[in-house]
Amino acid sequence: MTWLPPSASTFAPNVDFVLMLITVISVISCVLISFLLIYFVIKYRRKTDDDPTPAITHDSFLETLWTIIPTILCIVIFLYGYVYYDEYTTTPKNAYEINVTGQSWIWTFDYSNGKKTLNELYVPINQPIRLVMQSKDVLHSFFVPAFRVKQDVVGGRYTFINFTATQEGVFKIYCTEYCGTGHSDMGGKVHVLSKDKYAAWQSDSGSKIVNASADIPLDQVGAELRNSKGCVVCHNIDGAAGGTGPTWKGLFGKKRNFEDGSSTIADENYLRESIEYPTEKMVKGYQPLMPAYKGLLADYEITAIIEYIKTLK
Amino acid sequence: MGLLSGTSKFIKALTYPSDMLPPIMADDEHQHVDPELEHAASKFGMWLFLATEVLLFGGLFAAYAIYRAKYPDMFQHGSSSLNVVLGSINTIILIFSSFTVVVAVKAIQENKIKLVKLMLWITIACGAIFGINKFFEYSYKIHHGITPGTDIFYSLYYAATGIHMLHVLIGMGLLSFLLYRTSKGYYSKDNFTAIEIGGLYWHLIDVIWIYLFPLLYLIG
Amino acid sequence: MSTDNEKNYLENGKGFSSWFFTTDHKRLGVMYLCGIGTFFIIAAIASVLLRAEHLSPGRTIVDAHTYNVLFTLHGSMMVFLFIVPGVAATFGNFLIPLMIGARDVIFPKLNLYSFWIYCLGAVIFLFALAAPADTGWTFYTPYSIESGTNVILITLGIFVLGFSSILTGINFIVTIHKLRAPGMTWDRLPLFCWAAYSTSILQVLATPVVAITLVLLIGERYWGLGFFDPAKGGDPVLFQHFFWFYSHPAVYIMILPAMGIISEIIPVFSRKPIFGYKSIAYSSLAIALISFLVWGHHMFTSGQSKLINIIFSAITFAVAIPTAIKVFNWLWTMYKGSIELSAAMLYALAFIFLFTIGGLTGLHLGALASTIHLHDTYFVVAHMHYVMIGGTLFGLFAALHFWYPKMWGKMFDEFRAKIAFVFIFIGFNVTFFPQFIMGTLGMPRRYYNYDPEFTIFHQISTAGTWLMALGFIFMLYNFFRPISKTAEANPYKSKSLEWSIPSPPPTLNFDEIPTVTESTYAYGNKIERET
Repeated sequence: MTWLPPSASTFAPNVDFVLMLITVISVISCVLISFLLIYFVIKYRRKTDDDPTPAITHDSFLETLWTIIPTILCIVIFLYGYVYYDEYTTTPKNAYEINVTGQSWIWTFDYSNGKKTLNELYVPINQPIRLVMQSKDVLHSFFVPAFRVKQDVVGGRYTFINFTATQEGVFKIYCTEYCGTGHSDMGGKVHVLSKDKYAAWQSDSGSKIVNASADIPLDQVGAELRNSKGCVVCHNIDGAAGGTGPTWKGLFGKKRNFEDGSSTIADENYLRESIEYPTEKMVKGYQPLMPAYKGLLADYEITAIIEYIKTLK
Repeated sequence: MGLLSGTSKFIKALTYPSDMLPPIMADDEHQHVDPELEHAASKFGMWLFLATEVLLFGGLFAAYAIYRAKYPDMFQHGSSSLNVVLGSINTIILIFSSFTVVVAVKAIQENKIKLVKLMLWITIACGAIFGINKFFEYSYKIHHGITPGTDIFYSLYYAATGIHMLHVLIGMGLLSFLLYRTSKGYYSKDNFTAIEIGGLYWHLIDVIWIYLFPLLYLIG
Repeated sequence: MSTDNEKNYLENGKGFSSWFFTTDHKRLGVMYLCGIGTFFIIAAIASVLLRAEHLSPGRTIVDAHTYNVLFTLHGSMMVFLFIVPGVAATFGNFLIPLMIGARDVIFPKLNLYSFWIYCLGAVIFLFALAAPADTGWTFYTPYSIESGTNVILITLGIFVLGFSSILTGINFIVTIHKLRAPGMTWDRLPLFCWAAYSTSILQVLATPVVAITLVLLIGERYWGLGFFDPAKGGDPVLFQHFFWFYSHPAVYIMILPAMGIISEIIPVFSRKPIFGYKSIAYSSLAIALISFLVWGHHMFTSGQSKLINIIFSAITFAVAIPTAIKVFNWLWTMYKGSIELSAAMLYALAFIFLFTIGGLTGLHLGALASTIHLHDTYFVVAHMHYVMIGGTLFGLFAALHFWYPKMWGKMFDEFRAKIAFVFIFIGFNVTFFPQFIMGTLGMPRRYYNYDPEFTIFHQISTAGTWLMALGFIFMLYNFFRPISKTAEANPYKSKSLEWSIPSPPPTLNFDEIPTVTESTYAYGNKIERET
């Protein structure tokens, strides 16, 4: 069992080195202190009620020694931490920028060519990336353990992360700034692609993904999308009450009562509207928290989700 | 114990707060205490408390510095909308009331009880006039739709002057209490610590206003 | 002086009002102890529920909102109702006048008011539980502005508690300055008093800033002020600056008195003078002062500027050094001593060990490169609990055992106390050590749901809480079943003033104010080195 997540960016080995350095220093100090503690307790245990003891009150040499040694160690650790942090915060000239928006409880990514993804970040390998991040509502924090990078996203200002991925694969994104009920489900994935695959992904308008899933039933695609697009955070499928959003169980064909007193039957068009413009018609008893998915989901994805909802009876 | 006796004890304990060194035993109500020690300790304690007050307002001043640097135009504009005349009158009133408090503290050390009472009355009246002016200022603003939520400048204006006003009210309450006990003959040239530390508190209210007034009213 | 000093303080008056209206610092200390004990138990039950929820990923016993409410309750209650008043208000009240040779604190009535204000704050806090907040104990904006829960009442409660803390701090500072017995010079002052003095400075200077912050937060919710709301042009990061300007010194409000306790206990059970009295005393002050300059290390990933991060990292390492000095001084106090492993001493030694781990893992969090990875993960949770439980709580338990004879005039069963200790010590490490590994692997804190690969660590951690809970219950049982109804004045042969009077102390403490002629730590009979 390892004690570190996979190391998949140029920054990760530096962090691991600092962690290792501090851990080694810590373990040595801790062993030394524990050894002395136990040794003294055994060696100098009380034998009679009036054991003679020396009246040692202080020792300038020893005290100077254990002031200077920790000071030196602290300076060394600080410097290593500083140097690598400086490297991490300095943006390389050729960095490729991606805009990141956090909102309760999804991540959206805007790429320079107009592509937009939801909860799934696609980056090329060995290419410096600069994330330009902001929050639409409360604080969130963008954390990719495999890259060892983390940064809060804040409303009203931009924050940044620089990294260069060094390993192809899929890595986890977590939100690490507490943001309410859906906090622990506000996750996502980083897909690190080879340069060729990334170029193919960029020029692809989504048709390939449709083809790739052509042999999978549409409702199963919908079930996958529920997890990957963040629906799972608020919409349960077991019919339990008290969720942040209405349950999907038995939703299709059910009568919906709205805040303004009107009502409708949940059909395909209603569900589509509710996904694209969720705050237009608020179901009684729920808060207008859901982000508008207009432009975030392809047409076939919306269809897949509706098909999936239909199966939940 | 009866609820009644408990309540009366509670009230009794609350209404004799300036006995800084009371006896521990109930039957030993007037245990002698070195008056010099009591005086020095009470003043020391009060200065520490004033330090906490300064830090409390320090948070507001820090917010002022940060947001004024961030939104200079908003602060210019907001400040010019405040009523400098009313603000100046209030400043003069508070400075004058600080003077009357000084006279009161001086007078009690010379055992001039009547003068003490007069000066405390004037001080409290000054606080009341200050409050009435503030009331007009607030209601004029709110009447014109300027509320604490209008922008950061007004958030700061209402928060800072509001918390200051709260201190004026507390100060007035404190001085009224001292006035009451002065007229009961409680204080003399041998026992004036309470009036002195009450005066210190009033000076703090004055000093904070002296900073708030130019920062909020005069920069526009 | 009153001649009625024959009754001890516990017998002097019976019934509720003889306690609730007392100005006796010893009784106030005991009442604070009851208060913080109650809230400790409530908050500990919340933590057992939180850990039980983590037995499996997803829902185990409660839903996400309830989980968030529980960790907010656990955090805010532990911090504001238990650990901040914790050692300072209980043992500070009980011990400071006894240790410096005074009959009471200098403002006994103010002391009583502080206690009432504490009660008032606690009542407001409890009322807030009708719709408990789900913001976390840090109340970060803008979530705390938008949350539909009872944020106003809970912050109002904390605001009121802050007054209690400020007034207690003022009282202790003036007491230590003005009421020391003749001969009790600053360099003879017991180290617990030095620690309490440093703590009081922090309470007086830091608390007003959190008070104004919470007032502004209430204003944001109630009057629509805009300081911390990005939608109104405000800055959420400013809230964090204000909040941590208090809450970092508050960490030392929590730990310094416990360090003072350790400095009292180790010399007594080693029969040796405390090693390096001056460096321990001054390092308390140094920690207090530097702690005002390191708040930014809670915000390394908040979006504050790079330069600020670098400065705060450097100062953070500076606060590590006086802490290291203390640990070595305690250790060397035992050198060539005559060590008795009583229950109190066991807790004190465990304090050194656990606090060392807590302190060393602070280095991981202080270095910029590694903190980027570890920030807001379980690593921070583990580090914080190693300092707060391994430090403060073990210090408090050491004190409860050490001064038990003095406080209650009874003796507890050492053997049972040691069994409870073993449970608590092992349970604590089983609970929190796996969290270091989890955090390094990337498990974020405040997560209701978690990825399946973390399951085993969570389960071990949960099992640890049960061991700890058993230990706590057994310790309480032991306290309520004393084996002897009387206690000697000085069962440990301590040289501190509180042991020179009967156990429990008479109502007025000292028949005659003592005159101090030597250091509190004048142990040992063989002069080895004199400088």
